[in-house]
Amino acid sequence: MPARAAISATCTEVEATRTTCPYCGVGCGVLARPDGTVAGDPEHPANFGRLCSKGAALGETIDLPGRLLYPEVGGKRASWDAALDAVAEGFSRALRQGGPDSTALYVSGQLLTEDYYAANKFAKGFLGTANIDSNSRLCMASSVAAHRRAFGEDIVPAVYADLEQADLVTLVGSNLAWCHPVLHQRLMAAKAARPQMRIVVVDPRVTATCAGADLHLPLAPGSDVALFAAVLARCADAGFAAPGMEDALAVARGIDPGLTGLAPDAIATFCDWFARTEKSVTLWSQGVNQSGAGTDKANAIINCHILTERIGKPGASPFSITGQPNAMGGREVGALANTLAAHLDWSVPAEVAALRDAWGAPNLAMGPGLKAVDLFRALGAGTIGALWVMATNPAVSLPDGDGVRAALKRAPFLVVSDCTRESDTVDAAHVRLPALGWGEKDGTVTNSERVISRQRAFLPRGGEARPDWWAVAQVAKRLGFGEAFAWDGPAAIFREHAALTALVPESRRAFDISGLAEISDADYAAMPPTRWPVASRGAPGERLAPAARFIPTPYRGLAQPGAPLTLLTGRLRDQWHMMTRTGPLPRLMAQAPEPELTLHPDDAAGIADGALVRLGNAQGSAVLRARLDAGQRRGSCFAPMHWTARFCVGARVNAAVLPVVDPISGQPELKGAAVAITRYVADWQGFVLAGAALDLPAAWMARSPMPGGVWRHEVAGEGDATAAFAALRAALPETTGHWAVLEDAVLGLHRAVLLREARVIAVVCLARASDEVPRRDWLAALMAEEGITLAERRCLLAGEAAEGPPPSPTLCACHGVTVGRIEAAILDGAEDVAAVGAATKAGTGCGACRPEIAAILARAPVPA
Amino acid sequence: MRVLVIGAGPAGTRCAVRIAERLPGTEIVLAGAESALPYDRIALSKVLEGRAEVGDIITHPVGVLRAKGIAYRPATRIVALDCVGRAAVTEKGERVGYDACVIATGSRAARLPLPGADLPGVLLYRDLSDVLAMRRAAMAGGPAVVIGGGLLGLEAAAGLAHAGMKVTVIHAVDWPMERQLDAEAGAMLARRLGARGIRFAMPAKTAAIAGDGRAEAVLLADGTRIPARLVVMSVGIRPETGLAAAAGLAMARGIVVDDQMRTSDPAVFAIGECAEHGGKLIGLVAPALEQAEIAAEAIAGGATAWAPRTDSAALKVSGTAVWSAGEIAPADAEVVTLRDEGTDAYRRFWLREGRLVGAVLYGDTDDSGFYLNLITSGCSVAPFRAALAMGPAYVKVAA
Repeated sequence: MPARAAISATCTEVEATRTTCPYCGVGCGVLARPDGTVAGDPEHPANFGRLCSKGAALGETIDLPGRLLYPEVGGKRASWDAALDAVAEGFSRALRQGGPDSTALYVSGQLLTEDYYAANKFAKGFLGTANIDSNSRLCMASSVAAHRRAFGEDIVPAVYADLEQADLVTLVGSNLAWCHPVLHQRLMAAKAARPQMRIVVVDPRVTATCAGADLHLPLAPGSDVALFAAVLARCADAGFAAPGMEDALAVARGIDPGLTGLAPDAIATFCDWFARTEKSVTLWSQGVNQSGAGTDKANAIINCHILTERIGKPGASPFSITGQPNAMGGREVGALANTLAAHLDWSVPAEVAALRDAWGAPNLAMGPGLKAVDLFRALGAGTIGALWVMATNPAVSLPDGDGVRAALKRAPFLVVSDCTRESDTVDAAHVRLPALGWGEKDGTVTNSERVISRQRAFLPRGGEARPDWWAVAQVAKRLGFGEAFAWDGPAAIFREHAALTALVPESRRAFDISGLAEISDADYAAMPPTRWPVASRGAPGERLAPAARFIPTPYRGLAQPGAPLTLLTGRLRDQWHMMTRTGPLPRLMAQAPEPELTLHPDDAAGIADGALVRLGNAQGSAVLRARLDAGQRRGSCFAPMHWTARFCVGARVNAAVLPVVDPISGQPELKGAAVAITRYVADWQGFVLAGAALDLPAAWMARSPMPGGVWRHEVAGEGDATAAFAALRAALPETTGHWAVLEDAVLGLHRAVLLREARVIAVVCLARASDEVPRRDWLAALMAEEGITLAERRCLLAGEAAEGPPPSPTLCACHGVTVGRIEAAILDGAEDVAAVGAATKAGTGCGACRPEIAAILARAPVPA
Repeated sequence: MRVLVIGAGPAGTRCAVRIAERLPGTEIVLAGAESALPYDRIALSKVLEGRAEVGDIITHPVGVLRAKGIAYRPATRIVALDCVGRAAVTEKGERVGYDACVIATGSRAARLPLPGADLPGVLLYRDLSDVLAMRRAAMAGGPAVVIGGGLLGLEAAAGLAHAGMKVTVIHAVDWPMERQLDAEAGAMLARRLGARGIRFAMPAKTAAIAGDGRAEAVLLADGTRIPARLVVMSVGIRPETGLAAAAGLAMARGIVVDDQMRTSDPAVFAIGECAEHGGKLIGLVAPALEQAEIAAEAIAGGATAWAPRTDSAALKVSGTAVWSAGEIAPADAEVVTLRDEGTDAYRRFWLREGRLVGAVLYGDTDDSGFYLNLITSGCSVAPFRAALAMGPAYVKVAA
């Protein structure tokens, strides 16, 4: 073992446990203590001590509200035995009635590699079906497919240090600043140290990432292939040549760069930079992958790197970044419907036979199964008799959201393993199995640069929650497969998984961690971050430079034609996925407390900033708050993908996304729905502030936590406002107290504050238009106080103090700094981001808000 | 010049004082029917509650009047007016000549023509002597009934309750002060007064006052019998116009006056509750004082026209602040309501065509002047309508 292994997994002097962040694919090392304090692990190679706003808030998410702590069968608490019996019975019934392919698992990039492995083995080896797919299908399936086409195997050649060593970093379809903040910080630090380094952002929108870029190419959504075809052609013109390039080059030359909608000189500049910069990294993420042409887009990028021989070299490589903490682990164990296990492949009979023998699985599935979209289509069609969902929320994340929800409700037998009860998918389950939360889990994850890190438990298990691999093994045992699942812990699973990677040595797979196949329990417990391949102990992997081949990538436009605007979806800076963990945290919710649809002002067609709008098409619709932003590309709009029915009734944008997929990868086109925008004609809209998250009688509602235990509910609806006002007040759980009420029915103005003694208990405000309701933050702040003064009481219904500065939204989530304080600091002479940080601490935590601070600086008037 | 002011209430006294200030050397006689010095009628409720004594509410001590050259004649009832001879005749037959005469005889409290209405123990609530009689009656405690839940009736009820009597208010409609308050404010007021021990029988009609030799109970039309050692009638006022009518001045419900408060005889003016201007009587002290100023100015040779302002009314009962102005609950108006159950504060506004036409303030009446101005000026409140109910601190209008 390397020297670092000597370091104990726990830093004894601080009693912190070395573990890994459960959020994005950067895979940062975290030092965590049972009291909830977390810090970046200075020794972890992904982050060297850095953490982003979400990671820094991990300690506050340990007490997950709505945690699923006990097994449930038919909605009632049950023993594990009874629940596992029910699962076994449900699956054996489906096997009896419909055969192996009427059973399915839908798993997640949130699972640990060991859980993933167990699920995959259970499905493919013993249920005998390849109907196991992962939510990674929504994340990077196109990159997997592109890697397999180009390299013959799913290989990420690059390492994070390449971003720091490159002279040109091109970020394609990646809002790195928000989605992979620590990596972005590393990139920004490198750029600060070497200002001559160039950064190009290829994205239809102006994102926070653009703030640090030398060139932004706002291409037409889905037109990436045309841009990289131009790059390929330009490189060939510059004299680059490689064997096998002809077909790909011919196809590329036939594509009109004008399809990108970019100015010809902008394209020329970028092509020039790329052709001339030896140390060039092209990093991409979901903007490339989540597309009907995602695989071709990734291959178009890789083609350029093959031609220029920039693969797996220091500072020169294509680089796919994953969204989830262990998407890579899922890829490694093969827990996707079209992969077998450990990079083994159905197309190689010797590998199939070897796996069948190794697993002792005569019923091994003999070919690919249903990918996510098809799987839920089959569920809706009634051909799936039993489905087990683990650690993911397809009711919200998949396209055709309404169809998927209907399918889940109709499922003959649905098992859901999750650590939360608060999920739209958990609602539909017949059997609910309590999974471990972060801090309780024990196993490994692999990040985007192939580094396997341990997630270690530092908390006692909540309630009766158990590891997912254990639940799988218990069900397998009940179905008669106990012998193949007789692990005594995650180390045993890891060893079995590692051993598979050398099962067929003549295949020469790059993914070989057989050097870890004999790892002892103690060494596994202490395992430091280890990059694969690890063909033998003590020889960790570095960059990979696999032999590569060109893939011709003909141009295909977006797969969802029609309607005037293209809907782009994506992440917010401070939220994770379906907000289960990050949603309840006020400081993470402060950046975007309600779902917003960003529109270019030219596309707004009279819709005002802040108005509610309905986006939709023939398939479905969602209602969001319009935000007009000239940085949005004309003809496109953007909505965050996080909002579930838990936090917002009526804002699930995937309801309007057609279930069309990339023909090669099966990845849905989550960025590219054709939608029309109409004003949502609400007769009334406003908000309710209360001490708890409430179900309120409103057609549209967005809930978000605010500081001090206050929950904000944005509401809107149709019909008589006076009646709605009364109904909203009646829906509050508080029964004692005094109401202060302002009503002007003709003006549509309805405001009420519930007080108990001098304490504000709840607030209900309705108006005709969004700009007619008072400031939520000020009222919420009063709610957090022990008591209010008589003067404040007089101001309550005005929603503002008679005098004094208005309240201001929070920008820096780490230090709770408001826009107002930042503006005041700028007024006081802070001239740059660093000075603002020195004055207010804003931007000195995770740093993810620095681009926004820069934007405020840019628009601030120059002091006379 | 000789000026005779008939009636030493607030309007008459104010008029006499202003004439004295404007025309030094004028012979001014201020003739009052009551024996007391001019006092603040509005403050009578304080006397009733025992929070003030008679001396405390005297507004014009005799020395002050004398210093201004005003001859104050207390207990001097004028029984006839000789407009041709420009002289008034007192109850005692004395003739008081004048060059200008101001009639400020005010009004008298109405007495319901009920069986038993003349029994001892049945009082009106109008002047100092009524109040002193009520105080004497209250000292013995026991049940009292106030007939009429208007402004004055409630003052009387509160005063009697404060003095220790167990008071029931009999009111003909569903809520008290219905002319000044909407139903909700009226209900709040009734609740507040109820908490202070005042009971309400409403809507209810009084049928008779029962008693053997003195009032013992009030009988309602529905047969209910409410014990009462003291019965106070507060069922409205009638202009005191007998003198003017007998003198042949033009009359309607009150003494008809022009914009300078001049009657049909150019030497005779009428002000206050006895005067009728533009077909309307007034019933509040503020416009009566304005009329006094106008008449004084006219006598001094000026010609300012009196323009009736929006009526506003305030109930003065300790611990309860109620104010209203303008049109109350007109059916065709838009409504804005502000209500704080915790502090028992309530405001309701009526708007028509973007203008404030009526307002009720309950609990917190500090902003009454602001709203009265809005109603009086008739300016558009549309630009700040959302903040209207919050008061002037929140209304930011470009000047």
